[in-house]
Amino acid sequence: MTFALSFYTLAVVKALVLLGILLITLVYIQWVERKLIAHIQGRWGPNRVGPHGLLQPIADSLKLLTKEDLTPPHVHKLIFVMAPFLAVSLALISIAVIPFGGEVEVFGVRTTLQLTDLNIGLLFIFAVTSLGVYGIALGGWASNNKYSLFGALRSSAQMLSYELSLSLGVVGVLLLSGSLSLRRIVDSQAGYYFGFLPRWNVFHGPLPQLVGFLVYLTAAFAETNRVPFDLPEAETELVAGFHTEYSSMKFALFFMAEYANMITVACLATVLFFGGWHAPLPESWGIQYAPLVVGALVAGLLLYHSQGAFAGKQRRSMQVFGVVAALIGAAFLLQPVRVLFSPLFWFAAKSGFFLFLYIWVRGTLPRFRYDQLMGFGWKVLFPVGVANVLVTALMVALFG
Amino acid sequence: MPDVTFLDANELVLNMGPQHPSTHGVLRVILKLDGEKVLGCECVIGYLHRGVEKIAENRTWMQFAPYVDRMDYVAAVSNGLGYCLAVEKLMSVEAPPRAQAVRVILTELNRITSHLLWLGTHALDIGAITPVFYCFREREEALKIFENYCGARLTTHAFRIGGLQYETYDTFEKEVLAFCDMFPAKVDEYEELLTGNRIWLGRTRGVGILTAEDCKDFGVTGPVLRASGVEWDLRKAQPYSGYEKYDFAIPTGRNGDTFDRYIVRIQEMRQSLRIIRQAVEGLPTGPIMGKVPKVMKPPVGECYVSIEAPKGELGYFVVSDNSTQPYRVRVRPPSFVNLQALDRMCRGSLIADVVAIIGTIDIVLGEVDR
Amino acid sequence: MSPSYPEAYFPILLQVGLAVLVAGGVLVTSHLLGRRVRNKTKDSPYECGITPVGDARGRFSVKFYLVAVLFILFDVEVVFLFPWAVVFRELGLFGFFSMLLYMALILAGFFFVWKKGVLDWAKRGR
Repeated sequence: MTFALSFYTLAVVKALVLLGILLITLVYIQWVERKLIAHIQGRWGPNRVGPHGLLQPIADSLKLLTKEDLTPPHVHKLIFVMAPFLAVSLALISIAVIPFGGEVEVFGVRTTLQLTDLNIGLLFIFAVTSLGVYGIALGGWASNNKYSLFGALRSSAQMLSYELSLSLGVVGVLLLSGSLSLRRIVDSQAGYYFGFLPRWNVFHGPLPQLVGFLVYLTAAFAETNRVPFDLPEAETELVAGFHTEYSSMKFALFFMAEYANMITVACLATVLFFGGWHAPLPESWGIQYAPLVVGALVAGLLLYHSQGAFAGKQRRSMQVFGVVAALIGAAFLLQPVRVLFSPLFWFAAKSGFFLFLYIWVRGTLPRFRYDQLMGFGWKVLFPVGVANVLVTALMVALFG
Repeated sequence: MPDVTFLDANELVLNMGPQHPSTHGVLRVILKLDGEKVLGCECVIGYLHRGVEKIAENRTWMQFAPYVDRMDYVAAVSNGLGYCLAVEKLMSVEAPPRAQAVRVILTELNRITSHLLWLGTHALDIGAITPVFYCFREREEALKIFENYCGARLTTHAFRIGGLQYETYDTFEKEVLAFCDMFPAKVDEYEELLTGNRIWLGRTRGVGILTAEDCKDFGVTGPVLRASGVEWDLRKAQPYSGYEKYDFAIPTGRNGDTFDRYIVRIQEMRQSLRIIRQAVEGLPTGPIMGKVPKVMKPPVGECYVSIEAPKGELGYFVVSDNSTQPYRVRVRPPSFVNLQALDRMCRGSLIADVVAIIGTIDIVLGEVDR
Repeated sequence: MSPSYPEAYFPILLQVGLAVLVAGGVLVTSHLLGRRVRNKTKDSPYECGITPVGDARGRFSVKFYLVAVLFILFDVEVVFLFPWAVVFRELGLFGFFSMLLYMALILAGFFFVWKKGVLDWAKRGR
């Protein structure tokens, strides 16, 4: 009885912590995106609300919360309200099965850094994310607006088409790992070839899943409606696509869903292809001190630039952040901190890189046209995915 | 023109504009669609009509000059040049050589700013969000030169009938040459982002094709005409303001598609730089104003003068009844004429192409509606 | 030791509950906080400032249905691939060749559809 109680309490605590982190990430990834895009384009980005514009996302959320919540009379009321609700709640659910790290002991409680490890974890994620298309399709249809309808139709067809490739890209990983449990998939990627090359699935024998990864990545961009596949909301063609008629927080919820999906997809890429929380080099190479070095580098850069001419009003805050980064880096000198946070550090670094990739691509590429998008999905990505599955299977059967 | 009032049940009518992010102002396009395919389209214009031509009849010849800047406001200098040339021809005066050279420098700079604005917004329409900021960064440099010269950045009113009001400022030549030195590398940068990009090629190649015949039928001029392979540029065909003295090429395309029009405009920016450099280096000294009376009363008569504006042939037809005010001013705006080809270019393409095509014609609604 | 079903799925239930709570909470809060001023123009569908012609929920291109049908067909295939891939090491070459046969049949259909032009989204020109 006491065990059961502590299990459920633990689950609640873990769920709350996870949700808290996820929501904060959701809010701040938009700040990161705006800053990064701004710097790509030679601008400053948000820098008025708080130091470095760090309070901007909070100001935006408050603004959206207090905006007029408009439900026009020409819409289908129930579905119109349900659509953003559905989109965001589904997007928040799939994070539950992602493993962020191995087994750890915090304050005497042993637990895994994962909400729950389903033996069908991967299927669960695909099931939930593919339901996400309903949010957009229903929202567009309920709006009773031509632009919305076009956006919704485009989006449904696009997401259906690319879901195939998304799943196909992953099958190769399943062939290598032999499990649908995300934890086991990560475990199967532990260790190193020749003492330095990680056994991640992108490097894993008998057939490295590089092609599978590229198929997955491309399909993931399309699944999350990001540039260059952002046709459902192509603002220069369809005004705002499926969310043309939405306002206030309902409008924001669609964006929350999009970013939540981005995070899920980036985490999944890390788990499936890049060895989850495993470090890219063995400990004998001293890789466990990488967070320390990163912290020191960030601190050094911030402190150096705080003396520069452009620091201006940000001088003090840059110094503070520099010291904080140095302290965080220094904390990794302590053995318990290192054991607990190193896996999280690597997981965050890898997923963060994929999120950065999303933003980078958005700053660089134009948008596909609809027929090109569908043609690419069906005629290129799908056959390549199938070929990858067959070749991987053959290699596994012969040499695996 | 498709008759949009009678609808087949399978067809959908969609309004693009006047409040739409990519109709470049207040253009309204009524699209007849089958799925995503465009069966035809109709332009509705006039949302920005201000009666510029009528205003001319109630202003003196000189007073009207600033008004023309408000037509194609991204190429205000060209508008001013056209009007000044027309009235000068009516009065049989000619601007002195120095004034002509300065006019050429500013007009070509203005061609670059106009093309930069077009390039940025066109890329934005096709989904590349970054080039627009790069374009505006360089456009800013050119606008600074305008500002230093005449105090205004956009609607400059840089020229006067008979020559120039202001002598160039001290560092004018240095700044213009600095711009010429800086700019080619920047054009390379835009090309790096777009020209070889597979998605960009996919979105522009074979989109909105307009053959040379079509162009002539519609009276289309400017880069759109040259992209179809017709080597027609008024600066060469009927030189004005001393363009015959400068050595430059007329870039042309072959296929008349959106990509060719993009390349032609990119090349034109490079050619404009050549002209500017030659003009600055050979800038003559002397007076800047011709012999023009304080109260202008051009002799009874009419004349038509056209120049090569960034968007095409910009013509002014002016009629004088020997009074202080124009009897009639009629403008041939290139955007307006070029816009007529929209339906021909859009048919059979997709909604996304319509956006690219509107962008590629390079319209300014202030000029279309006047 | 693999956890029992309630233990494995309770956190999922929990996450669903929390997600619903967050989404619902946000919607309700914004509904309560937002000021509301209604007028006729605000209530009309957005079509670039012009009163719309025709109904938005009219018929739309059959292409979209075709994609949906194709999706069901091929998604079933991919779903079959998942369990096959998981136990593939036990099946070995036999598993490979049976899947090859299955794939050949599916792909025959795929190329038929391709040649029929279903995948060409828009033929250009009229």
